[in-house]
Parts: sequence; C-alpha cells; structure tokens
Amino acid sequence: MAKLNMVKALNLALLQEMERDPDVLVIGEDVGVDGGVFRVTEDLHRKFGGTRVVDTPLAEAGIIGASVGMALYGLKPVCEIQFSGFAFQCFHQIENHVARYRMRSQSRFGCQMVVRMPYGGGVRALEHHSESEEQFYAHIPGLKMVIPSGPRNARALLAAAIRDPDPVIFFEAKALYHAAKEDVPDEIETMEIGRAHVDRPGTDLTLVAYGAMVRVAREVAEQLHEESGVEVEIVDLLTISPLDRETLVASVRKTGRAVVVHEAPRSFGPGAEIATSIMEGAFLSLEAPIRRVTASDLPFVGFARERANVPDVPRVLAACRETLAF
Amino acid sequence: MPRTLIEPQFTVEHLSILDSDGHLDSALEPPIAPEEQKRLHRGMLLGRRFDERMLRLQRQGRIGTFAPIKGQEAAQIGSVAALRRTDWMVPSFRETAAMLWRGWPMERILLFFAGYLEGGQPAPDQRDLPICIPVSTQLPHAVGLAYAAQYRGDDAVVMAYCGDGATSEGDFHEAMNFAGVWHVPMVFVVQNNQWAISVPLKKQTHSRTIAQKALAYGFPALQVDGNDLLAVHAASLEAVERARRGDGPTLIECVTYRLGVHTTSDDPTKYRSTEEVEAWERKDPLTRFSAYLRERNLLDPGLEEAIDAEIARAVAAFEASGPPDPLAMFDHAYATRSASLEAQRAEMQARLAPASGSATTAPVTNAPAQRSSDEPAPAEHQSPPMRGQRRPWRS
Repeated sequence: MAKLNMVKALNLALLQEMERDPDVLVIGEDVGVDGGVFRVTEDLHRKFGGTRVVDTPLAEAGIIGASVGMALYGLKPVCEIQFSGFAFQCFHQIENHVARYRMRSQSRFGCQMVVRMPYGGGVRALEHHSESEEQFYAHIPGLKMVIPSGPRNARALLAAAIRDPDPVIFFEAKALYHAAKEDVPDEIETMEIGRAHVDRPGTDLTLVAYGAMVRVAREVAEQLHEESGVEVEIVDLLTISPLDRETLVASVRKTGRAVVVHEAPRSFGPGAEIATSIMEGAFLSLEAPIRRVTASDLPFVGFARERANVPDVPRVLAACRETLAF
Repeated sequence: MPRTLIEPQFTVEHLSILDSDGHLDSALEPPIAPEEQKRLHRGMLLGRRFDERMLRLQRQGRIGTFAPIKGQEAAQIGSVAALRRTDWMVPSFRETAAMLWRGWPMERILLFFAGYLEGGQPAPDQRDLPICIPVSTQLPHAVGLAYAAQYRGDDAVVMAYCGDGATSEGDFHEAMNFAGVWHVPMVFVVQNNQWAISVPLKKQTHSRTIAQKALAYGFPALQVDGNDLLAVHAASLEAVERARRGDGPTLIECVTYRLGVHTTSDDPTKYRSTEEVEAWERKDPLTRFSAYLRERNLLDPGLEEAIDAEIARAVAAFEASGPPDPLAMFDHAYATRSASLEAQRAEMQARLAPASGSATTAPVTNAPAQRSSDEPAPAEHQSPPMRGQRRPWRS
C-alpha cells in the first residue's frame, strides 16, 4: 500500500500491466523519453525500451490508426492523446474504425485498445487544453467510456480497460492529477467497467457526478449534511458508457430526487441521458424535476472566466437546495 | 552564406515490360513459371467476369451499390500475387479481384454487397482486413499491422491499397510518415485510375507523379504501367522482398484506368469523354496479358466458360441462402452485451416476433436493466408512492 496521486497511480497500472503482458504497448506523443507531458508514462521508456513505449510523430490519426492495426494483430496498445482537445484530429479513426472493427469484421477482429486523454478544466490552461468532451465518445456504439475520480479507482479502471476486449476511451481529469493522494494497494487491482459506485450513501437526494465533479459533489454533500442533516447519496458513474442505469435508478427510487453534475456543455450532454434513464426507471419515485448543473452551451470561454462556467460548490449546492425544496 | 544543395534531385522510375501494343522488353521479363502465369491470368479473368456479373446483379436489384474494378485487374492481381498467405492484405473498397485472389468466397462478397455484414467477415486464419470505405483511413492500420509483425518477430509483410484520390487525405500522409519513421515491412499500392469520382488526377495533386510522394517520407517508390501485369508483378515481388528482408516500405504507383463507373450510383459520361475511355480500352490489361499467353500457347480455351460456371454456382448459392437472423446485429458490437444493449435486443426480438401470446409479453424496456445471470438479482423495490403521498424532506 502506498499513498499515490492519480498520476502515480496511473503509472503504476501501466507498469504492472506491461510487466504482466508483453503485448501491452504505450504509444503517443512524448510518452517515451519525456514520460508524457503529465508524467503518466514516466520511467516506462527506461524500463521497457522504445519499441514498447513508442514516441510517435506528432499526428493523432496516425497514433490511433496505427494502434488499430496493432490491435488487429493482437497487441494491446495504450494510446495517449496529449489533450482531449486534440482528439478531433483522430476522431474519424476512433468513430470509423476503433469503435467498429469488431462489428465490421463480425468478431474476426476485436480492437482491444485504450485511448487515454487528459480532459477538463480547472488548470488555467489554453483553448483545447480545458474542454470536457466525453459526450462524443459516450454516444458512439462500440466504445466504452471511462472517467475515474481518484487515484485508486483510476489505477484499477485503467488496468481493467487494458484487459477489456473492447476499446475503451479513458478520460483523466487534469484537475485531479495532483489533487489528492490515496492509499493504492501494491498488488494489481481492477474494477468492473460499466459499474457506478455509490461514493456516499444517502436517503434524500441523489447527486450524480463523475471525474473532477465528484470532488465538488462530496463537498456539497458534506455541507448539506452539516447545515441541515440532509443525506445526499453520491453516485460516481466511473463508466459513462455503458451507463449503469441500475445503480442510478435504484438510488433515485430511494431518494426521489436527483441532480446531475458535469463539466461538459449542457445540451445533448451526458446529463440528458442520465436524467432520461432516471425518468424511465424511477418516474413514480420522483418528487422533483431532475436538475442538471453543467457548463453553458459555449465554446471554450478562456481560463480567466472558467470558474464562472464550470460547476462549482455554490452552484451545485443551490441546485440541490432547490430540488429538495420543490 | 550561399545556398547549398543538401539533397540530390530525385528521379522516379517508370516500369513497363509488356506494352499495350504487345511489345515485350524481354530483358525485364520476370521469371514467372508458366503455371503461375496461367494462375495470374485466371485471377484477372475471374476478377473481370465476376465484376461484370455483379454489375448485372446490381442493375437487377439483387445486390446493392458496389465499386466495379474493370480495368484494374493487372494492378490488383500483379500486386497481391506477390504476397504469401501469411502476409497481410489491407484493401480499400475497389479490390474485388485482389480479394478473390486472397480466397474470399464469391458468395461472401455478394452477401456483403447485399447489405449483410456477415459478408465482410474474414475467415479465422485469413490475414485480410475487411473492406474499408473512408478513403485512406485503412493505411495507418496497415502500418500498425506491420509494426506489430515486426514487434512479434514475424516475417509477415503488409500490402495496403488506395486510389489516387486517397493520396490527398491526411491519413495517407500520416501513414506514409509513420511507415518511413518506423521502417516497417509494408508495401503501399496506389491504383492511380485517373479519376476520383469526377475529379481528375490533375485536380487532385500538383505532383508530377504519386510515386514521388514516398520519396519525401524517406523510402523508395516507383511508378509502373498498372495495366501491365508483368510490370506490376515484378515491382511488387521486389517491394515485398525488400520489406521482408527488413529494408522498409515501398510505394508502387500503378498507372491504370477505371473503365467503368466509380460505383453503380455514378454516371461517368457526365465528366469524361468517350474518346478517353476508348483510348484506355485499347490498353486493357486483360487483352494484353491474354495475347502474351496466347503466343506462348498457355491460354486454356475453356477457361472463360469454367469461370462463368463457377460464378453462376456462387450466385446460386448466395441467392439460395436465407437471410441471416436480424438479431445477429447485436452479436458483434461488443465482446459482451451491456445490460442496456441486452434490453434493446429483447425489445427488437419482441417487435420482430409474429403477433402471438409470446410477443405481447415482451420485456418492458424501461425496467431497470438486468445484471448478467451469474450475479444475484438486486432486491426488488416496493412500489413507490405517487407524488404528493411522499413527505417532502423539509417538512
């Protein structure tokens, strides 16, 4: 057991999976000698060499496309796209091929690969370095979409993603990379993809969050508990797609109220699917409309104005109070 | 400081061995055994006859849209025949002759163009990728396959096809660049058939040749008469051998012509002249190689009938097979279906079932999704109270 931040925890997962399985490769821009711009692949190049930890030319479609070929051959590439904002340079490869090879080849080929990308705001970064674009991937059949919320589940989910026979888009919240340390077991640990986690049990309101927003949700739950004894249940999705509707529905059948939080813009975002799933499964339990606390429907607003746009504790708190008072 | 020349000027070779007038450069004639020559000819003829049969099937509404290959038989057979069975073939969408050579059953190809994905499934031991429609996007996959072969220490070579239009796409250039940097065992075969639907080559690139684009990425290339089977085959054997001995990728530009439509939805009379097409018909790769074999007494007089009979049997088998189960569409999206997809499948199953008692007891889709059978079912919740019956939290 060691106290690790998310960067170190992800690095541990990569290290252990590479030690365990010689077919696992790391591929991307600056992932080798430099260890990645966020240092997630640090030291892997030294340990495994440049053939397994591949510094590629600066070309996202090439990275993903070549990884597809490797996966079809039976290797298990773990690709790093330096920032999710650059992934549109390879979006066609992800949508046209990564997601579809199993279907197109009728399972003659799977596409066992992971695409890791740092996403989200809160780090005072430039355009294309701060966006939350999980909705695009969650919408694509054939992909799985995972967003961990802390060091321990990040490590376990990345190991699971690498072992998953289907392609996994793995978003890492930049705001969480160095935010906190957690006890992470030394021995390999995996978590089931497709299963949400009840991060805090409660009876009065379900707060649905993932990634960096789980931190916000925890603070809100704590404040509501302290000021008025409200018991908020936090559902940390962990996997966006396939969505764990069962856990969501079970929670709202119990609490009767739901607030969904995400950093992505509101319209057609994950909140719409989450709210509809709750409505379909727990309609008769609902005591109040389901609320969404999200970024506005705007392109990147500039980091100076980011705090006004991305959900924070006061906004989520206000939404929860209104939902409770409805 | 004076400007200095840091690289010699490049040259691009053009290879032609058997020209359209039947002139043979015997010094360049590759040593191909007579039986192999007959096999290559058979591959071209099968490609041509099957293509013509497919066109009629499409016009009759028995299959859907496809991209005919007429005119490109030498470019495809000459190149693909340089591969071993253990090598990889990465097609785009106009490689029917090459696919037949690689062992794709005709029934399967017909099934694919009849709209069933089952037809796109390579056999378990077949090292071919399925048809890829977005132009050039398959090329990075070929690079990845070649990297993986090298990584595993296999001596497999990867041959990937694209057309002249594809060379304008970013993925073509990213694939070429990766292939050069990684020095992978790979052959790019560009079938330059002069037209990308309605756009001629001169609007596609300002380069004098497509071959020279590879030189910028640091690996060799040559241009061949793509309607000359001997030239394509000689160049391909050389490129495959180079790749196999670890000397990296090669690009072969096959200068050819699409004698027919882009796809069966296209009318080429709108954008190109009859004279141009007729000029290329005189360079027909099949006529040329047939004449070469005839001179050597290697042409089997009953071959065309035998091939047509084989095609007729395949068409009959394709049409005799019943439509695959619609629900099979749920079988290959993921290795394991999620609860949600399972529910959607059940919904379709109920919808497709004949109106009977069983169909009316279809699963309700808004019920919470089921866990897989090896896990305990979650506790059933009691019927929730209606709104208004529940005590608001604040009271």
